[in-house]
Amino acid sequence: MWSFVHKLVSPRTFYAIGGRLQPALWVAALTLLGTGSVWALLFAPADYQQGDSFRILYVHVPAAILAQSCFLLMAVAGLVFLVWKIKLADMVAAVTAPFGATMTFVALFSGSVWGVPTWGTWWVWDARLTSMLIQLFLYVGVIALRGAFASRDSGARAASVLTLVGVVNIPIIKYSVEWWNTLHQPATFTLTERPAMPAEMWLPLAVMLLGFYAFFAALLVMRTRNEILRRESAKRWVRELAGEG
Amino acid sequence: MRLVEPRGGLVVALVATVRRELTLSLRRRGEIINPLVFFALVITLFPLGISPDPERLAAIAPGLLWVAALLATQLSLDALFRGDHDDGSLEQLLLAPQPLPALVLAKVAVHWLLTGAPLALMAPLLGLFLSLPAGSYGVLAISLALGSASLSLIGAIGAALTVGLARGGVLLSLLVLPLYIPVLIFGAGAVQVAILGGDVAPWLALLGALLALALMLAPWAIAAALRISLNG
Repeated sequence: MWSFVHKLVSPRTFYAIGGRLQPALWVAALTLLGTGSVWALLFAPADYQQGDSFRILYVHVPAAILAQSCFLLMAVAGLVFLVWKIKLADMVAAVTAPFGATMTFVALFSGSVWGVPTWGTWWVWDARLTSMLIQLFLYVGVIALRGAFASRDSGARAASVLTLVGVVNIPIIKYSVEWWNTLHQPATFTLTERPAMPAEMWLPLAVMLLGFYAFFAALLVMRTRNEILRRESAKRWVRELAGEG
Repeated sequence: MRLVEPRGGLVVALVATVRRELTLSLRRRGEIINPLVFFALVITLFPLGISPDPERLAAIAPGLLWVAALLATQLSLDALFRGDHDDGSLEQLLLAPQPLPALVLAKVAVHWLLTGAPLALMAPLLGLFLSLPAGSYGVLAISLALGSASLSLIGAIGAALTVGLARGGVLLSLLVLPLYIPVLIFGAGAVQVAILGGDVAPWLALLGALLALALMLAPWAIAAALRISLNG
């Protein structure tokens, strides 16, 4: 069992498996995002109160959910790296951070644009906006800390510790900010209850959400493979791959 | 000749660490006073920048006092491990047979004693300058005393992560300030509630809960961070 896991997490095996998975992931991502976008923008009914502006939801919600998932993934990868010293885990954490930060920014920006027609302002100090903003700062901190170390291993381990500290803090920040002020509508999707939106509105959202995840998976595999090549460039199998024999 | 290994118990080590920290800090009194002066200066800037109107100042005083105290704590953090790192005694701390989390906790406790506690004592005086309404001075001091202990603990994680870097100052703020937000919310909230005449006990209890959590988890994170910083 353990030897199997070890083989699986070796950069070389991941590179090979990832290479085979990658096309399928890209096809899934582009199909889902394409279908979802057309469905959401052209065929889903307009909201009776917000009109067409509500369609920003189809980008905003998946981006926000993915931004949080990315932090969680980064924390898990960081823990695995700190405990078992699996290099692959750190590569995953390293390539997830910029993506998660981008998604946080996309969620904030789309929310801001959406705020103009609905709330009449670009920014309100509402609980969920504020905690998203803080999450963006946490992402930036992790990325900056990783880059500040001269030695890659120290930077990786420091970033992992900070990610774990951050992941413990995110729920605390979330709840404290929520008590501080709340005005935002409750979550759109919950796992336990049926959504309040009609099916023709949330089905495209579900497709978009899956599309965002597939896109993330495809990008993650691609960028992790690049990272493997960069970090293992001295290894013989990489040199053979590059035709240097 | 017999080699005697100086291997005291944990209590001996803790007392020694606290005594050493206190001695070192008291020999450099300027470093204790600097955060306090900074605190007073920042508070002086606000009336100049906003308005000298006592009513307007009173309305925002709790937040201003808390933010200024938070920044003062933050600025004093970089020195927490820097001196020990530069003269090599941090390595000795890591090599000590006693558990590192306990030893760093002693260091952080002294940092709070010489930064957080004086800030908490000084805050009511500055509250007077901002015409903070009567009846909230005690709560301000208590909330700052409780909260700044959490700030020292959380900040020490950042200080430990950046101690190996030549210029970690700004980066340290970037790492630590987002993590300070819950403490700020409950601390300034307690003072606001006291002004409005509400029950401050739940707010102080929440600050205490944050401190308990920080006491439980932060020493491990600080210790891990120090090991990483010294190996790099």
